[in-house]
Amino acid sequence: MEKTYDLVIIGGGAAGLTAGLYASRARLKTVLLDKGMIGGQIALTDRVENYPAFPEGATGVELGMKMHEQATKFGMETEFVEVEGLELDGKYRRVKTSDGDFICKAVIVASGSEHRRLGVPGEDEFAGKGVSYCAVCDGAFFNNQIVGVVGGGDSALDEGLFLTKFVTKAFVIHRRDQLRASKILQERAFANPKMEFVWDTVLESIVGDGEVKALNLRNVKTNERRILDVGGVFIYVGIHPNTDFLKGLLPLDNGGHIQVNLQMETEVAGIFAAGDVRQHSARQLVSAAGDGATAALSAEGYISETTWD
Amino acid sequence: MGDGSFDEKVLKAQTPVLVDFWGPDCAPCRVLDVAINQLVGEYEGKLTFARVNVYENPRLAIEYGVRSIPTLIFFRDGNPMDQIVGAVPKKVLKKRLDAVLV
Repeated sequence: MEKTYDLVIIGGGAAGLTAGLYASRARLKTVLLDKGMIGGQIALTDRVENYPAFPEGATGVELGMKMHEQATKFGMETEFVEVEGLELDGKYRRVKTSDGDFICKAVIVASGSEHRRLGVPGEDEFAGKGVSYCAVCDGAFFNNQIVGVVGGGDSALDEGLFLTKFVTKAFVIHRRDQLRASKILQERAFANPKMEFVWDTVLESIVGDGEVKALNLRNVKTNERRILDVGGVFIYVGIHPNTDFLKGLLPLDNGGHIQVNLQMETEVAGIFAAGDVRQHSARQLVSAAGDGATAALSAEGYISETTWD
Repeated sequence: MGDGSFDEKVLKAQTPVLVDFWGPDCAPCRVLDVAINQLVGEYEGKLTFARVNVYENPRLAIEYGVRSIPTLIFFRDGNPMDQIVGAVPKKVLKKRLDAVLV
């Protein structure tokens, strides 16, 4: 069965939720489609300390829920479905989902990103057996154990610090000799006695017996190899955008991000993009929210300036 | 459900049971919940759905080797037959269930 709306927003992270807030206040008939994880990437984050107006910080889940509540208050609807495709239908846009088609005048793609896999031997084999991408979900399983954390960005340090509540030691394995993470997280990580850094080192394979037992590491400068005995490994090596369903419709860059202009317009009229999914995103909660507002205002302008049958 | 009811509701159940090992702070668990809730009606009489909070029942999680949530384990006649780790789309879940229910 088809459902009709003015605006369909794909993705319930900060970008989509803010777009929903602006669009529903503009009195556009708006539906937000999400697979069930309201909050998006922030829902996977322990604490958010860099979103303005929350001096005490907030949990990612809490912020996501509040954003959803606010947009819903002004009339945004939500449907939990999986988006499978996006097509043009004359002047209208057709969003294909696991639960039928949504026809609309404009679409905001805010489908966000997912963690990137490292692609080393053992990563798939031990998924759920000691290999994890979510410290908030799985940290407690590693009580009093030693774990590895791969990566050098905010996520690696933030989640690594969270893990120190449970583990005896968290080895942060990073391929370079300096971190990309924000300075304040670096300071905290360096000051934490449970965190130890393994610099200039890559994880080559994950080995075990039914579950993770050790990591094979190689120093990229000296080529020296070492085996690190661990009970688990958490992987934070960046993200990739959820744009597979757009292939052939919108131009994507090499990383799979959607190209937009400063109004968040894509090359196809009536299709906008916002947040992590777009090219050159700062990939921050606050910038995603900003993108969402811009995209919603652009979509509102587009809908009101277009003649509809 | 806890250790005691697990024995009765899962291990001694007459119909196959899908057990969802989950936790309250786990966002992917909520994604999977949405898919499961949409499927419950379709499998009425053929399959029972049960949930185990891993923080309240760590013994069950350890016993069945759960190291990541969400993890789904399919039980038949008290034996674990199949396992799915992570939030999978409804279609994928349905395929796996249909395959193991044959």
